[in-house]
Amino acid sequence: MKPAVLTGEHFITGDVACAEGALAAGCRFFAGYPITPATEIAEHMASRLPHVCGTFIQMEDEIAAMAAVLGASNAGVKSMTATSGPGFSLIMENLGLGICTETPCVVVNVQRAGPSTGLPTLGAQGDMMQARWGSHGHYEIITLAPSSPQELFYQTITAFNMSETYRLPVLIMTDEVTGHLSERVVIPEPGAIQLQTRPVPKGRKDRFKPFQPGPNGVAPMGIAGGGYGLHVTGLTHDERGYPCMNPETQAEMLDRLTGKIRRNLKDILLTESYRLDDADIALVSYGVSSRSSLAAVDEARQAGIKAGLLRLITVWPFPEERIRELSRKVKCLVTVEINLGQIHLEVQRCSEGRIPVCLVGHAGGTVISPDTIVDRLKGLLQSLHA
Amino acid sequence: MEKTRTRSEHPLNDLLRTDRIPHIWCPGCGIGTAFSSCLVAVKAAGLDLRKTVMVSGIGCSGRGAGYTKLDSYHTTHGRAIPFATGMKLANPELNVVVFSGDGDLFAIGGNHFIHAARRNVDLTVVCVNNLNYGMTGGQAAATTPSMAKTTTTPLGNPEPPFNLPLLAFAAGATYVARWTILHTRDLTKSIEEALTRRGFSFVEVLAPCPTGYGRRNREKPLDSLKIYQERTITRNGANPAEVTLDFHRGITLGKFVDLERPTFLDAYEKVCSLTQ
Ligand code: SF4
Repeated sequence: MKPAVLTGEHFITGDVACAEGALAAGCRFFAGYPITPATEIAEHMASRLPHVCGTFIQMEDEIAAMAAVLGASNAGVKSMTATSGPGFSLIMENLGLGICTETPCVVVNVQRAGPSTGLPTLGAQGDMMQARWGSHGHYEIITLAPSSPQELFYQTITAFNMSETYRLPVLIMTDEVTGHLSERVVIPEPGAIQLQTRPVPKGRKDRFKPFQPGPNGVAPMGIAGGGYGLHVTGLTHDERGYPCMNPETQAEMLDRLTGKIRRNLKDILLTESYRLDDADIALVSYGVSSRSSLAAVDEARQAGIKAGLLRLITVWPFPEERIRELSRKVKCLVTVEINLGQIHLEVQRCSEGRIPVCLVGHAGGTVISPDTIVDRLKGLLQSLHA
Repeated sequence: MEKTRTRSEHPLNDLLRTDRIPHIWCPGCGIGTAFSSCLVAVKAAGLDLRKTVMVSGIGCSGRGAGYTKLDSYHTTHGRAIPFATGMKLANPELNVVVFSGDGDLFAIGGNHFIHAARRNVDLTVVCVNNLNYGMTGGQAAATTPSMAKTTTTPLGNPEPPFNLPLLAFAAGATYVARWTILHTRDLTKSIEEALTRRGFSFVEVLAPCPTGYGRRNREKPLDSLKIYQERTITRNGANPAEVTLDFHRGITLGKFVDLERPTFLDAYEKVCSLTQ
């Protein structure tokens, strides 16, 4: 047996750091399917899980992988899968089941450029809207966007904690560059890692209503074999879990599913500000693009441009209030992301036409260089002054 | 009122979610019989009922999970088996029964079926085969006989059906049987046996769907039962390759496969022991 938490300093890729984060978070079941550039997460879990009494299974496709993850979580084990674009599309079906049945789990998307098979070995951030709305129906989802291997380690733990606390699948949207990048990753002592577990039912088992929300809007979760006589369904259901085919139950269920997120935004929304205090121009970015943005801010400052950065760690739910606030303070917002404008649409929406909102983005296949961003800022400044 | 009060308890009440009755199944539908055989078998097999879980997919048969008091999971279309796989691997103490229909398990879920059988995941899969998609109004399935009429094959089905026991056997299932809802004794015994076997067990149950299939193929529920009575022959141990369903020339029933080989978890444990 090897320890689950490999305390110490490591030089590892983002994919491996993600897998180590999962193990440190208590993940003991992984189901997956090989896909570039996420395969290394599955490979690492396959080699590590047997050492910590966990189970790895390579399924026949990503649909099955996601189904198995939900089954395992409903049996009481923290579970995860990892994939990339084409597999992410297949995961969407059972992601909806996970949301509807309020099943905690973590899904990692190491993004590559699409659509379709796209550029399997080259990164992009083109699945951000799919992360938000990819499964059918209206729902809320939590999505985190790490920007380095170290962050992949920590945010995977955060993703598990949030998935357990709020009972839903949490998405980690990283990208090929971060996934394949080797960097220094520090893994702390197990005691220094805070872990959350799903709320456990109390009281008489025969009276337990598996979807009756607790004080924070989240229902305690019964697991298979726990003696609750559960019924869990992807049909619209009431607090007992019983299917009820009417608009009232549908409204109540959606209120539960969205309310537990909307009511806890304070704890869910994670952002980081950099040199924003006196900024004229605020960059808004996430994941690997936020690293380029960070460098661009310093470069721009040296060139006399008062730039700052709002880095989104939580991308969904979208930090609307924070963007609104920012749009009242600065003269211009610039979204930096590797796509042709996805999160950019949200930044535009939340700035409510107060100030110009620009995009620095491209179709994918490479990162955005800090120089590209700075050049854009210089141009912008001229047009702002003109 | 008086009558209801004095009515004796249904012998399966302890396993039924009586507050969800009436069920959705049509008069003359065979699913209810298959379902009660399954529950009787669960009781007879002496399993710890608290540790016994039913997983269903989507469709008329997929509604089974909603009517039992066992922990039950009604999943997505075709995905009952991979969901059940995750559940069994995460907690090997659970007895996991998959109860679903032919459309669910063999068309949209066909890939999952063969891979779970190949891995020999310790599951008991009961498939109600009513030859069509009932829930959506009677469309052709991967089990619809050649030339049969359905809403999507109005002139007759141009495709041949799967021989499910052969498919299960070829994919690696360690227990394979076929019965009809008329043969409840054999069926119940067979599901009970399947539940006590380690490994991937598969029981096909032929059942009428008068609403979707029967109506378009001039087959009333009673006609189906007559076919089950008159045109069936029980041949335990028959070669699965020779049990292709032929409703005119004869239907072979019986237990076709009953063997042992390591389950996925047996093999995985062995692999894990190499870490020491
Ligand atoms: S449609 Fe067919 S399978 Fe469905 S409940 Fe009615 S008779 Fe049974």
